[in-house]
Amino acid sequence: MKKRVVAVLTAAVMAFSMAACNSGSAGSTTGGSTGGSTGGSTGGSESAAPAASSGELIKVGIINNDPNESGYRTANDKDLQNMFTTANGYDAKFAYSLKNDEQIQAAQGFITDEVDYLLLSAADTAGWDGVLKDAQAAGVKVTLFDRTIDADPSLYEASIVSDMAKEGQTAVDWLAGQGLSEYNVIHIQGVMGSAAQQGRSGALDAKVAAESNWTIVQQQTAEWNAEKAQQIVQSVIDSNTPFNVIYAENDDMAKGAVAALDSAGISHGVGKDVIVMGFDCNKWALEELLNQNWNYDGQCNPFQASYIDNIIKTLESGGTLDKKTIIMDEKGFDAATITQEDVDNYGI
Amino acid sequence: MKIDIKKLLSNQLLIPITALVILCLVNLVNDASFFTIKLAPNNEGYNVFSGPLITILDYGSELAILAIGMTLVTAASGGQDISVGATIAIAGSAMLRVLCGGVSKPEALAAPIIVGFLVACIVGMLCGVFNGLLVSIFRIQPMIATLILFTAGRSIAAWINNNELPIVPDPKFKYFGGFIPGIPIPTTTFIAIACIVVAALLLKFTNLGLYTQAVGINESSSRLNGINPTFIKFLSFVILGLCVAVAALIKVSRLATINYSVIAKDIEMDAILAVALGGNALSGGKFNMWGSILGAYIIQFLTTTLYKFQVDAAALPAYKAVVVIILVVFSSPVVREKLSALSSKKKAAAKGVA
Repeated sequence: MKKRVVAVLTAAVMAFSMAACNSGSAGSTTGGSTGGSTGGSTGGSESAAPAASSGELIKVGIINNDPNESGYRTANDKDLQNMFTTANGYDAKFAYSLKNDEQIQAAQGFITDEVDYLLLSAADTAGWDGVLKDAQAAGVKVTLFDRTIDADPSLYEASIVSDMAKEGQTAVDWLAGQGLSEYNVIHIQGVMGSAAQQGRSGALDAKVAAESNWTIVQQQTAEWNAEKAQQIVQSVIDSNTPFNVIYAENDDMAKGAVAALDSAGISHGVGKDVIVMGFDCNKWALEELLNQNWNYDGQCNPFQASYIDNIIKTLESGGTLDKKTIIMDEKGFDAATITQEDVDNYGI
Repeated sequence: MKIDIKKLLSNQLLIPITALVILCLVNLVNDASFFTIKLAPNNEGYNVFSGPLITILDYGSELAILAIGMTLVTAASGGQDISVGATIAIAGSAMLRVLCGGVSKPEALAAPIIVGFLVACIVGMLCGVFNGLLVSIFRIQPMIATLILFTAGRSIAAWINNNELPIVPDPKFKYFGGFIPGIPIPTTTFIAIACIVVAALLLKFTNLGLYTQAVGINESSSRLNGINPTFIKFLSFVILGLCVAVAALIKVSRLATINYSVIAKDIEMDAILAVALGGNALSGGKFNMWGSILGAYIIQFLTTTLYKFQVDAAALPAYKAVVVIILVVFSSPVVREKLSALSSKKKAAAKGVA
């Protein structure tokens, strides 16, 4: 019996190590473009830059959400990894977690390590006052990116965020510009209560309330999930309710919606029966625009590294920042005008 | 015509069937067009059936397949596997890794679809082996043992594909989660039926069902009767692993791609719920596979109905919870016993009067 257990365990270990070899070769075939070893990290902290810190390097502690969370996060992490390298004069340490308490712990660790700058994309808005006060006492300068927190603004130097409400407004303005005689919208929402959902829903809700020829045929959350979106659109098709716009709050859900349209034989895209709108600008989604299968994709800019770099450079040279909250430029792409260049530059 | 009320009330399938009938009635009263089935061409030009009932059959398939495995795990180990969603991500990711060769946008398939599926089966079963070893040999509570993959699974899935999101180029791959050209019924239905038939045959022609129940009811007495409880528990997790691989094929095929963080999210809870709705005790022992499968389709029926009623998005989970609480309470063995006791008392009282 014991022998058998050992044999099974050995087999399991071998299988797992084989899988590991496999993935290693995956890295080399795809060019290892992640720029670090973050691919499979599940949380906790790991250092991406060489540990040896020379006096010249600026020590930066970066606390982010798990890069596996979404395409947005993956692109965001890649961008930060590429910016905060020893070649650019940084000694960066990264910590990933989707949990606020783990992030706070990591922040405390970075403060103990005497980093010069703490960059933070908080999992949750609350609970940061204590650790940020510690940071201030230790002379660590804090910059928020991507997400804001409920803390006194004096506790951080700057916050670089996306304006989700503006993203929604840009999209709704574009839709209004299409000049349809009536708008029957299927509105597929993200996880209820998330900043992206609130911002992107808000603009549409306001417009529907204000205009008499705008109607919401179905408004439902698909929780960022493509399949749920597919089911929701399927349910509208099954009920024979006419609609001509799909407003999905991210690309995945738009993709699910389109799958439902395809199986029901409803045409979609430029000059077709149904207008398809998505958000986030995934590369594959922009290609759908380029192929005229979708109509609109709103950007949610994950590239904050250059903004942060500017801030640190300004502070290092003794300058002051002219404003605390920096809202990034975000575009909306129209299938009628998008180019291959846009896909390459803005696709994530 | 005499119907034995006591027997009927104590039948395990009574509650799920009643629930199904009530759901049907609610929809019938609300809008009878719920039951119409249309035949219309899709965007590829093939005629396909559509309608709410087809939607339920289609989207309920994965859950029905998972319910088969979950029933066995529940019966044998007296606990549940909560890593199902995460292992679907792992198996699906492994399948795409093989099919796309680690490239996010390949021009052609790197391996035949069947190879990808077999790899997914092996990976799914390996996850089952991992869980099964922890539960059967190390005697860890199933929920704790499977918590490991529940937590780490989606990251492992992302790591298998180097955090790329591969898109399968071959349109044939979409057949499994969609339609085969010329056949108007969703392929998922056939896959689910195939799995159900295999499970039914296994239970009919092997001792698997009997042994599983024996182990679940009393482990030591089953050992005294020459059954190896360790092996039976282990086996149930491996079978669930296989079910997971089949469900992963459907899930990944629906959109020919994967999203590690949301694919099959919370599906383990629905699978456990399906087992409970089927009137099976979650503490293990006797089980009724048909109850679980019926439970799975009821959950999908409920979801489709709620979409149909256009329930407010923020309140959707609350509505679902209320219905589920009612169903689970009524299908719990305790309430069923009480009900049948009540009816026999009434009968006795009636006799006394007469």
